[in-house]
Amino acid sequence: MSDISVQLQQQVSSAIADKTVLNIIGGNSKSRLTRAVDGRRIELADHQGIISYEPTELVLSARSGTRLQEIEQELKKNNQMLAFEPPHFATNATLGGTVACNLSGPSRVYRGAARDFVLGTKIINGNAQVMKFGGEVMKNVAGYDVSRLMCGAMGSLGVLLEISVKVLPRPASEISLVQEIDQQTAIIRMNELSAQALPLSASCWQDNKLYLRLSGATSAVHAAQLRLGGELLQDDEIFWQQLREHQLSFFNTDKPLWRLSVPPTYTPLEVPGECLIEWAGGQRWLKSDASAEQIFAITQAAGGHAKRYANNSQQTVCQPLQPELLSLHRNLKQAFDPHGILNPGIMYPEF
Amino acid sequence: MTYSISEKLDAIPRAMITKTELLAQMRSFLTADAVLHEAEELSPYECDGLSAYRQVPMLVLLPSTIEQVQKIVKLCRQYSVPIVARGAGTGLSGGALPLQQGVLLSLAKFKSILNVDPLARTARVQPGVRNLAISDAAKIHGLYYAPDPSSQIACSIGGNVAENSGGVHCLKYGLTVHNILELKIVTIDGELLTIGSQAYDSAGFDLLALMTGSEGMLGIIVEVTVRLLAVPERAQVMLAAFDDVEKAGAAVGDIIAAGVIPGGLEMMDRLAIQAAEDFAHAGYPRDAEAILLCELDGTNEEVSEQVMKVREVLEQSGAIEVRSAKDEIERALFWKGRKSAFPAVGRLSPDYYCMDGTIPRKKLPEVLRGIADMSAHYELPVANVFHAGDGNLHPLILYDANKPGELERTEAFGAKILELCVEVGGTITGEHGVGMEKINQMCTQFDENELTQFHAVKAAFDPDGLLNPGKAVPTLHRCAEFGAMHVHAGELAFPELDRF
Ligand SMILES: Cc1cc2nc3c(=O)[nH]c(=O)nc-3n(C[C@H](O)[C@H](O)[C@H](O)COP(=O)(O)OP(=O)(O)OC[C@H]3O[C@@H](n4cnc5c(N)ncnc54)[C@H](O)[C@@H]3O)c2cc1C
Repeated sequence: MSDISVQLQQQVSSAIADKTVLNIIGGNSKSRLTRAVDGRRIELADHQGIISYEPTELVLSARSGTRLQEIEQELKKNNQMLAFEPPHFATNATLGGTVACNLSGPSRVYRGAARDFVLGTKIINGNAQVMKFGGEVMKNVAGYDVSRLMCGAMGSLGVLLEISVKVLPRPASEISLVQEIDQQTAIIRMNELSAQALPLSASCWQDNKLYLRLSGATSAVHAAQLRLGGELLQDDEIFWQQLREHQLSFFNTDKPLWRLSVPPTYTPLEVPGECLIEWAGGQRWLKSDASAEQIFAITQAAGGHAKRYANNSQQTVCQPLQPELLSLHRNLKQAFDPHGILNPGIMYPEF
Repeated sequence: MTYSISEKLDAIPRAMITKTELLAQMRSFLTADAVLHEAEELSPYECDGLSAYRQVPMLVLLPSTIEQVQKIVKLCRQYSVPIVARGAGTGLSGGALPLQQGVLLSLAKFKSILNVDPLARTARVQPGVRNLAISDAAKIHGLYYAPDPSSQIACSIGGNVAENSGGVHCLKYGLTVHNILELKIVTIDGELLTIGSQAYDSAGFDLLALMTGSEGMLGIIVEVTVRLLAVPERAQVMLAAFDDVEKAGAAVGDIIAAGVIPGGLEMMDRLAIQAAEDFAHAGYPRDAEAILLCELDGTNEEVSEQVMKVREVLEQSGAIEVRSAKDEIERALFWKGRKSAFPAVGRLSPDYYCMDGTIPRKKLPEVLRGIADMSAHYELPVANVFHAGDGNLHPLILYDANKPGELERTEAFGAKILELCVEVGGTITGEHGVGMEKINQMCTQFDENELTQFHAVKAAFDPDGLLNPGKAVPTLHRCAEFGAMHVHAGELAFPELDRF
C-alpha cells in the first residue's frame, strides 16, 4: 500500500519544465498493444493499494498500480468479480494499464467492456493538475464523462491515479459446451443465440468448433444445456483463461497477429490467414501476412477497425482515422495535454 | 426560478445578425412550417420539463433532413448565433431552455426507425424517435431497448443520449451509455461525423462515451444505433412493505449481498406511496412507511431461484409484508404505480420540484434523515422516490409557486439536498443532467481545474461556444458569483476572480 501521487505529480511538472516526453508504465504487460514511446519513464507500479471496497455497494476503488491479481483475489473472497474478465498478459498487470487499454475478455458482449464498469477516475492531466471525474456511485451525469474517455486512451490524455469500478457477484455455476460447426454457420448461430433469453456469458469459434459458456443459477445453466445440446467441455475454466491470455496454440505464431473489431454478424472476412472468433462474432483474431493496407481496407468495408499487435519485427498499427475524426482527436489531446508530454504517439503518430 | 442565464456571467456569444435577416436566411431553404418566429408559435418551446424556467427563443427551427441541420448549423456558426437542441422537451434540468438571442433546434421531425436488425440485435433510429417506440418496434423479434426512463412514452432517444438517461432497470442493464453503439452527429462546422461504429468498439478515443450525457454541448445528434436485448423469459416483481424507511434501505444492501442483481429495485416512502396509490390504484399498502419493488428477470429457472432467495432476505430484513405479482397484469400495475409517481405527487400540490442526487447506498438512512430535517426547517413536504439499487434519489419537494417566497425556499431546500449528496460522497445528478438548474451546484462538485478541463473539452468540439452555451458547465465567473453567495466554512471560492 503506498500513495505516491505527490511524486507522480512532480514528475509531470518536471517534464513540463524540461520539455521532456513521459512514457507512462504500469506493469509493462501491454507493450505489444501500443506504439513505442521514446521518453522518460514514469512508473505507476508502486502507486498501489485498494482504497475502498464495499461488496454491498458493488464498488471497488484502487490506485492505478494495484495488481489486477490482488484485486481479483480480494473480490473472490466476497464472491464477486470484475465482470469484464480483463486479460492480464503477465502476472504484474495493473488496474491502470487495463483501463488505459480498455481491455476486456470473453464475457465482453454479454456483460460489458472495461469502460462500461468504470465509474470514476482521478488523473493527472498534462498540466500536472490532479483532478477527479465521475465518482463511486452507479450513476453520475455531472460534467462530461471524462472517466470513460480515459478508457482506451492509453495514458495519452492523463496519468491514471485512481479508478473506481463497478463489480458484480460471481455466477453460482458455469459450464461450457462445444460443437463441430463451420465458420459461417457459427457466426449466425452465435448471434441467433445471443438474441434469445439464455444465460450465455462467452462464445468462441476456432478450428471448426463453437464454444459456448453458460453462467448463472445452477438450474438455469442446466436447462440451457439441455436446450442447446453439444458436448460438455472439460476443464472449461482453463480454456477461457487461455483464450483470454492468448495462450491457446492459435496465438503461438510467428505471423503478425491482428485484432479485428467488426459488426458481429459480418460474414467470414475474405482475408488470407487463420481466424479465431469471439464476442458472438464481434472480435476476430487473425494471423496473417497480408499487408496492413489490405487488412485496413477489408475491415473498413466491413464497418469495423483493425489493429496489429507488435512483434519482434513490427510496430503496433491501428486503423487510420478519418481526417475529421483525426482533427477532433488532436483537439482533445491538446485539451488534456497541451505540452504533448503524456505518451505522445502511443496510438497514432499524429498525436 | 431565481437563477437565470446571464449573457455576461455565462459568456453567451452575441448573435451578429438580426432576427429578420436570420429568418430570411432560414426561409431560403426551410419550408414555412419549419421556421417559427411569431410569439404565439414560439411560446410552446419556452421551457422543457422544468417549467419554472422560461425563455422565448429568437426562432424555433424544425428541420426534417440532416442536410437542413447542417445548413442551419453552418449559418449559425457564420453569424455567431447560439443553438439549443431540443428533443421532446421532457428534460428536468432546463437543458433545452432556449436563449433569447438564440435558435431552438427541434429534432421532433426526425421520427423514423431506419432499421431493426434482429440478428445483430441493433436498431438504427433518428433522434426524435420516442424511447418506447424502439422497444415496440423490436418486440416482434423478442427484443427490447433496455434503458427505460419513466418518461419513456414521450422522451426522445436523442435526448436520452444527450442526458445519458437511466431508468428503473439500469442497475442490471446499464444507462444509455451502455446500450448504444453508434451516433451520427453534426458538428459546429456543419460536418456529419460518425462516432462509434456498428462493431463493439472503435479506433481512437471513446468519443461515444464523451458524447453521451454531453447535454447538447458538443454536437447535434442526428442518428443513433442502439443495442437491443432479448426480452427475458420471465420477469417477476415482488413488493415488500416496511414500517421503517431505514429498514427498507438496509434490505437493498442485503439483497445485493445475497449475490442477486435485480432487474429493477425501487423504493418509495409513505407520501409517495399514498400519492401513487390514489393515482394508479396499484394495490400498494397505504400504511407502510416504505415499499421496495424488486423485479427479478432472466430464464424461468434463474428467476425461480432468485425469488426464493429474495423473499427470504426481505423477511429477514424486517419486511412486514412480501408479495409477488400474480400475473403480468399485476406486474404492470406495480410498475405503473412507480412510473406515475411524479404526476401522482404532482396532484398533491400545485407545484413540485424533482431532485436527482445520487449517493453511496449505505448513506441512505443518513441522507433521508437529513432531508426530513430540512423539510421541517423549510416547512415544505417531500415525497421520496428512489432508484434504490443505484443509489439515485428523487426527492420531490411540494410547493406552491403562487405563495410568495415558496419558490425561493424550495430552491434553497433543493440546493441543500444536492450539497448533502456531494458531502456523503455522491453527486448532484444521477440522470437528469445539470442543464441550467444545477449549474451553480457544479461549483460545489468540481474545482477550478476540473471545470477548466471541461471547458477545454467543449472547446475541442465547439471553439466559439455556440452549442447550448451557459448550460451544464459553469464559467469560473459564475462560480465566483455563486461562491460569494455561499461562503463555505469562511473560504471564498475562486478568490482570484473578479466579481461582477
Ligand atoms: C415524468 C418524467 C419522468 C422522468 N423520468 C426519468 C427517468 O426515469 N430517468 C431519466 O433519466 N430521466 C427521466 N426524466 C427526464 C427526461 O425525460 C430525460 O432527461 C430525457 O432523456 C429527455 O429527453 P427529451 O427528448 O425530452 O430531451 P429534451 O428535454 O428535449 O432535451 C434534453 C437535453 O438534450 C439535448 N438534446 C436533445 N436532443 C438532442 C439532440 N438530438 N442532439 C443534441 N442534443 C440534444 C437538449 O439540448 C437538452 O440539453 C423524466 C422526465 C419526466 C417529465
